Amino acid sequence: MTEAPLLEASGLSLRFGAVPALDDVSLAIWPGEVVAIVGESGSGKTTLLRVLSGLLRPDAGQVTYRDPEGAALPVHDMGEAALRRLMRTDWGFVHQNPRDGLRMGVSAGGNVGERLMAVGARHYGSIRAEALAWLERVEIDPARIDDLPRTFSGGMQQRLQIARTLVTRPRLVFMDEPTGGLDVSVQARLLDLIRALVADLGLAVLLVTHDIAAARLLAHRLLVMRHGQVVEQGLTDRVLDDPQHEYTQLLVASVLAA
Amino acid sequence: MTAAAGYNFAYLDENTKRMIRRALLKAVAIPGHQVPFGSREMPLPYGWGTGGIQVTASIIGPDDTLKVIDQGADDTTNAVSIRRFFARVAGVATTERTSEASIIQTRHRIPETPLREGQILVYQVPMPEPLFRLEPRVAETKRMHALADYGLMHVKLYEDIARHGHIAISYNYPVMVNGRYLMAPSPIPAFDNPKMDRMPALQLFGAGREKRIYAVPPYTPVRSLDFEDHPFVPIRADAACALCGSRESYLDEVVTDDRGGRIFVCSDTDYCRERQAAQRRDAAE
Repeated sequence: MTEAPLLEASGLSLRFGAVPALDDVSLAIWPGEVVAIVGESGSGKTTLLRVLSGLLRPDAGQVTYRDPEGAALPVHDMGEAALRRLMRTDWGFVHQNPRDGLRMGVSAGGNVGERLMAVGARHYGSIRAEALAWLERVEIDPARIDDLPRTFSGGMQQRLQIARTLVTRPRLVFMDEPTGGLDVSVQARLLDLIRALVADLGLAVLLVTHDIAAARLLAHRLLVMRHGQVVEQGLTDRVLDDPQHEYTQLLVASVLAA
Repeated sequence: MTAAAGYNFAYLDENTKRMIRRALLKAVAIPGHQVPFGSREMPLPYGWGTGGIQVTASIIGPDDTLKVIDQGADDTTNAVSIRRFFARVAGVATTERTSEASIIQTRHRIPETPLREGQILVYQVPMPEPLFRLEPRVAETKRMHALADYGLMHVKLYEDIARHGHIAISYNYPVMVNGRYLMAPSPIPAFDNPKMDRMPALQLFGAGREKRIYAVPPYTPVRSLDFEDHPFVPIRADAACALCGSRESYLDEVVTDDRGGRIFVCSDTDYCRERQAAQRRDAAE
């Protein structure tokens, strides 16, 4: 973490009518770092993710992305074509619901290959080889490469979505509750997988979750949000073991011990 | 022949023709880009060539010679009625010979005889949007065209190869026009796609129900999409025409009786007739 931050946001504010969804939020994420955003429902976690990834324009504040050449790009002023290019090359977005991130009518191989084809891969054999390699990597039986995602279980769909996102080797991945809606054993496997991939590929990940355990397992740093504000941030273990803000204390105390 | 009284020349009123010509100019200026236009009610049902007939009506002049084909044939209902329609409301000369026509309105074929400069080929298009089976939102397809974001079309081709071992699109095979716009070539067989590439004639496309016009100007590169290791192959029935013996033309399969008898004949009737006439001349000499 010696270089400049990969993504930097300052003074983000956004109101939905009378509701402040984001209130003067600033954050930075460095290459190879996993940052988790935790908080209860409605605290502005997902809105923050959408603003950071350029899907939503903030009322105030700006987001700057540093591309591989070191140029600082303003995310909200770069134009739609540039943002789309970013979205399918340097960035990835893993949705909570795999149905939002996958094409359900396209085979698993086609799903993984889509980003490759979008950036200009035109060799069927190599696209397919890459898809097979990625299916193996996310622990999906390569024999199912031509099956439709709707025949997959929830956990497999989520892993397929991860493979599809990571195939172009992005530098920054946004994950919106990737383990939501999965049962605990599948969650554990998925978290394991994400942790291994992140370490392998040196990804920077911005993870939104309400699952404190997932955050502890994956994240280097933690931001706690409430009512659109970041009430506490720091190293994951520090924040969870020694919460300073009363809301963080409540959040940590509410985790059920198995 | 003169035009029927009571109708404006070529049926459409002058303001409508002007509106369509403006759309055509725009379409020619941006090859492959779909230009919206105010499609009119025409005296034939949607799907019978309302788009093509409006384009023809806007560009036809008293000195033009019109040829109309339907699936390559001059003598099918659709071709006969549209040809008679223009003979009646515009009083223009009509022909069945490809080389004599200045305007050729076509449904689902490109004539076998190579077209030359100065000729205009007008296509009837049922669905102008090449992405419509893949992306149901029209607003989104427009955005994809604007950003040249065509990865999705290749996903479809990938799926075909994964499922069938080859690209299983036999007609309306998607093309890239001038390296920029993805275009539906109307439901012509993939066999005809190579003819569109750098064609000396002007190609105009009219979709009446969908209210879109697009164009390929003369000598514009038109490339069929494919993969490097699965190149585009024009498909043709492996047979010779039963009437003229051609092994180059696109063939129709015709059932001749109820005992499994079938023959292949040229789909382009004019091409087939000319070849037969030439063969008879050769035999007589």
